[in-house]
Amino acid sequence: MNRFKLERKVSYIVLALIGILFLLPLLWVLFASFDPNAQQSLKIPHSFTFNNFISILTDPATLRSFVIGLIMSLGQAFLVVIVAGLAAYPLSRYQLKYKKPFMYTILFMTSLPITAVMVPVYQLFMFIKLQDSILGTMLFLTASGLPYGIWMLKNFMDAVPLELEESAWVDGASVWAGLRKIVTPLMIPGICTVAIFTFSGSWGNFFVPYILIQSPDKFPASVTIFQFFGNYGLVEYGKLAAFSLVYTFPAVILYIFSQRFMSKGFSFGGASKG
Amino acid sequence: MKTNTAVSTSVALSRSKRDHKFLRSILFLLPSWILLLIFFVGPVILTFYFSFTNLSLTGTAAQGIEFVGFQNFKVMFHDPNFRISIIKTILFLLFSAIIGQQVLGFILAVLMKEKNKTFRRIIGIIVIAGWVTPEIVVAFCWVAFLSDNGTLNTLLQSVGLKSVSWLFTFPMVSVIIANIWHGTAFSMLVYQAALDDVPKSIEEAARIDGASRLQSLIRIVLPIIKGSIVTNMVLVTLQTLGVFTLIYTMTGGGPGTATQTLPIFMYNQAFVNYQLGYGTAISLILLIIGIIASLLYIRSMKATI
Repeated sequence: MNRFKLERKVSYIVLALIGILFLLPLLWVLFASFDPNAQQSLKIPHSFTFNNFISILTDPATLRSFVIGLIMSLGQAFLVVIVAGLAAYPLSRYQLKYKKPFMYTILFMTSLPITAVMVPVYQLFMFIKLQDSILGTMLFLTASGLPYGIWMLKNFMDAVPLELEESAWVDGASVWAGLRKIVTPLMIPGICTVAIFTFSGSWGNFFVPYILIQSPDKFPASVTIFQFFGNYGLVEYGKLAAFSLVYTFPAVILYIFSQRFMSKGFSFGGASKG
Repeated sequence: MKTNTAVSTSVALSRSKRDHKFLRSILFLLPSWILLLIFFVGPVILTFYFSFTNLSLTGTAAQGIEFVGFQNFKVMFHDPNFRISIIKTILFLLFSAIIGQQVLGFILAVLMKEKNKTFRRIIGIIVIAGWVTPEIVVAFCWVAFLSDNGTLNTLLQSVGLKSVSWLFTFPMVSVIIANIWHGTAFSMLVYQAALDDVPKSIEEAARIDGASRLQSLIRIVLPIIKGSIVTNMVLVTLQTLGVFTLIYTMTGGGPGTATQTLPIFMYNQAFVNYQLGYGTAISLILLIIGIIASLLYIRSMKATI
């Protein structure tokens, strides 16, 4: 029994240590953002200020980049849900000849690193005159989010009983109406999961817009924050931290929100990609 | 006669129904097919094609693309920078993805079992915060933590130790640790879910038979969650293979070529040296490694689906 107690104590201490090590780098952003003269090193501010946030949030160029980032990520999330939802319907409901290989191709695509195709994508965008376009970048991000969206929504749709739809058909509803009025409302958790993951993925994506967009007035927040770091990163620590915090905020809020839909999200068996 | 017509109409009906289903399937699948073809399959095919051309952003090669056969690959295999970036990529994958995130994630999941609920929650939130934070902010946090006047050096000085230029002296270790910090939560969550699925009775039976905690963990629990381990390992490897932003922001691939993994090397050749053809040849290597790992991923998923 004594040995068991010791084991327990040690494991608490180890966990606490890991927790502190994980917390330290993060604390800097929190403290520095409210510190009127923040340094690189973590320190508790002597005085407290909102000026860092105010100067970030009143800069029209920064605000514009936040709006562009929001448009791009929301647009992408919306498109992925619609397009993937449509594709999921026949994949879930009908017996198609090549369904299995198609689903495996989709699964294959979910795991392929996007980084590997960015050079040819850049060339493709030059060729079809889509370079430096917010819409073009959004479409590319949509396509890159589709495999995950189709995979998830197909599995979520499988869980909606066919009988519910059939009874609506008997009452004279069309397939389209059944999909809209019966299936979609029952899939809200799945749709939210896909939308949130898609949004967060592109909100945090720096590489794709960095390659595909050249005009500074079209940069989303992920690229302007990089530029801010390059220009002022070694001087204005407080503002960089405030910028980082504002930029991280939507990702955190959406993650907390997504927890409501993902109680079983992390076991590989069955629906989720993890 | 009457029944015959009835049968034939119902056959005709079901056929028209089937045609409807087929048409609808095509219609519903079409938007995703178009987008995937243009922006996903297209670039993959282009990667194979451009790798064999002298595509360039400047000079005469910018005007017309010429087919140059295996020229890019010949250059690549004789390029010492390529060899360096392969080694850096392997180091990054091995220590960050395969060892770091897996082991730390697993240890966290095991230690957090049967702990005080609040304590478990707090640790969970801290670790997950590093995962939810966007990659570029992760890079800022770690630059601040490891820089010459950063948190780590301040701590070292406070206990009388010398400060170290971490990002210059140990650049590879720095980016590996930052990436472990960013990615571990994913493995932790996966292993928590996997451990929750292990029936308690099995472990208890082993304990009654005299196995220690560690023994039952290694001999009993590990084999049961083998599927999750393999899948998670491949998935994390794939995610780590594509890491660009973290390294680019923290060290820019340097100092020199010290942290030049394949994505950074590819970016430098394509967009800094304007050698798109060569850059694409490098991305083809990246893509092939990705394809092999993805096939492994599907195989491992097949076992669990």
